[in-house]
Amino acid sequence: MKNNEILSQIPEIGEEQIQLLEKLSNAVSVSGDESEVRNIVMEEVKEFADNIRVDALGNVLVTKKAKVDDPVRVMIAAHMDEVGFMLVDDEGEGLFKFEIVGGIDNRQLVGKPVLVGKEKLPGVIGAKPIHLTTADERKNPIPLDSLRIDMGPGNSKKCKVGDRATFATRFETWGPSLVGKALDDRLGVATLIELVKHTPENIELLAAFTVQEENGLRGARIAAYSMNPEVAFVLDSTPANDLPVWDEEENGRYNVKLNHGPAIYRLDAATLSDPRLINHLVKVGDEFKIPYQFRQPGKGGTDAGAIHKQRGGIPSVSISVPGRYAHTAVLIARKADWENTMKLIFASLAKFNRDVLSVDR
Amino acid sequence: MTELKETLKQLISLPGLSGYEAPAREVIRAAWEPLVDEISVSPIGSLHALRRGIGPEPRPSILLAAHMDAIGLMVTGIQEGLLRFTEVGGVDPRILPGLRVTVHGRKDLPGLVVQPPDYLLEPAQRGKSVGMDHLFIDTGLEEDEVKELVRIGDLASFAQEPLELSGKTIVGHSLDNRVSVAAITYCLQELQHMVHTWDVWAVATVQEEETLGGGFTSPFELNPTVAVAIDVTFAKGPGANDWRTVGLSKGPTLAWGPNAHPYIHKKFLDVAEQLEIPYQKEYVPKHSGTDAYAMQVVAGGFPTMVIGIPLRYMHTPVEMIVLKDMERAGRLLAETIVRLEVDFMEKITWDEVKDEE
Repeated sequence: MKNNEILSQIPEIGEEQIQLLEKLSNAVSVSGDESEVRNIVMEEVKEFADNIRVDALGNVLVTKKAKVDDPVRVMIAAHMDEVGFMLVDDEGEGLFKFEIVGGIDNRQLVGKPVLVGKEKLPGVIGAKPIHLTTADERKNPIPLDSLRIDMGPGNSKKCKVGDRATFATRFETWGPSLVGKALDDRLGVATLIELVKHTPENIELLAAFTVQEENGLRGARIAAYSMNPEVAFVLDSTPANDLPVWDEEENGRYNVKLNHGPAIYRLDAATLSDPRLINHLVKVGDEFKIPYQFRQPGKGGTDAGAIHKQRGGIPSVSISVPGRYAHTAVLIARKADWENTMKLIFASLAKFNRDVLSVDR
Repeated sequence: MTELKETLKQLISLPGLSGYEAPAREVIRAAWEPLVDEISVSPIGSLHALRRGIGPEPRPSILLAAHMDAIGLMVTGIQEGLLRFTEVGGVDPRILPGLRVTVHGRKDLPGLVVQPPDYLLEPAQRGKSVGMDHLFIDTGLEEDEVKELVRIGDLASFAQEPLELSGKTIVGHSLDNRVSVAAITYCLQELQHMVHTWDVWAVATVQEEETLGGGFTSPFELNPTVAVAIDVTFAKGPGANDWRTVGLSKGPTLAWGPNAHPYIHKKFLDVAEQLEIPYQKEYVPKHSGTDAYAMQVVAGGFPTMVIGIPLRYMHTPVEMIVLKDMERAGRLLAETIVRLEVDFMEKITWDEVKDEE
């Protein structure tokens, strides 16, 4: 395909795509119960997929055939699950002890409205009044053990121990920003849905909407096994820690920055990205003048950590939309970064062929 | 009642931070205007509404004060497009990370209070509750636009929308103390079909959370016979269970302590007992933390009382009250007012009131 042809086929991020992201962000799918997002995904892709399967853990595995012979089988993964809570003890009068599912800093819990159970009943996580605290007490975070989800004293029988809960944040756009909960990784899910709808014709797309990423990359592991791809790209969101430093020194450890485009991974806690794939992304980014950045090597991880070690090994790389304040009630990302992520992944797929992997790693 | 609930939800959807109460005052004025004979605004912004009694002039009067100001934040600086801020009123920094606010700049902007990752913080803050000085407000806008729209001193109010939880519970910000404004409204509605000899001054005070400015000024101008502060009090809940707390949904509280005149206390108590209105006693050995503390010592001094409405999670964006407690407080106020005889004050003699048993 010619470059200008590729450019004209890149899916746009318009009103419709933002609305889908909103629906995905507002959906509740705590790791282990991804059904709400799964249903949205299935509804969105069913007209476009050649095959859809839900596997034993709840991954949605979608195949879309190529329009060429002997196409490369490319897996693209985005996780459907989000961090959240499970009610674990009913103390009566509408008060519940809860456990955190995935990584959430205790300090992000206080004063938040939450949604509980399938019916999304409203509840809150309150705090002791400041008037009854001491200055010393206020220096330390309130331990999880002292916090409760409060459904109101009406002793609602509708919610019970075992129910999942998440922050009650509703998606909004603020100027150039996308603002919502669980944009890690609903941004990836929304991007992957667009790729199923608009797939470059040269590849066989194996789209894996995975479960339990926040619970140890468990969905991606079995998805990669059963899809058996030649190569894998993972779409996720990574923290933009591009905030001022306390001593006003330059922030040299920003991980990634907003407005600098999709973040290409080289090294995280679980994966050494395949350099052939990194080079391919960079080449395509430069060729098409799509801004991109390298995620600063460090901790954290994506589904690639599980995928690249499946079977005899699967060349993998991750691309993330930068987002501030991941794993809290609200994540802030820039629409422009999402658009550029869409461009980079689409163009990289359209330009992909087996030559990229013809040299030994 | 449904209407009053909606008014309360409207009130807790507004800013009206201490010193800038106008948005709340206008809604209160609309709610009170049909229920009173005169309405005016004090030089520092408190709302004064008079409902005349039928006793002979000069009539005694009772002042019902509920503060309408809310706690919140104020912008202290702009750094790389993010806002630094301080508190207006008492805010525990631990409730702040992740808080949705509205920044009242050249136009209203949505914002989010954010906590930088630990490694970007001063070492002493890492893993601790992060001090307000180290937090930011992120508006999602680029630096240039922020500089254009926001100035130092702009206010940021809590943006938590009202919620209704089970048990006829309302949750939201600034229920401290707009639920008490609702209780006074309930009282005024009750008085519509009751006969009272005393004048009633319904007052929505300003600046209680910062300076007690309203409490210190309104009694001077209105010169009431008795002044009652209606304010929220600590309901038992997670982390709050000691002697300073009372039961949520167990009825309004009658304060006992230096800011409560013992005879006025007894009057409310007798009425509650007589009508079987559920109530709780609240022991306040020192400063009551209400307008009564100020009103008591205005000019030559006034006899004061404090009626409390139990509230959980005070000074958080998810304060919680039970509507029944608000209604009971309103009813107790109305029923006590109609039982104030013309010569009530003459009957006050200090030795008549026995100390608490």
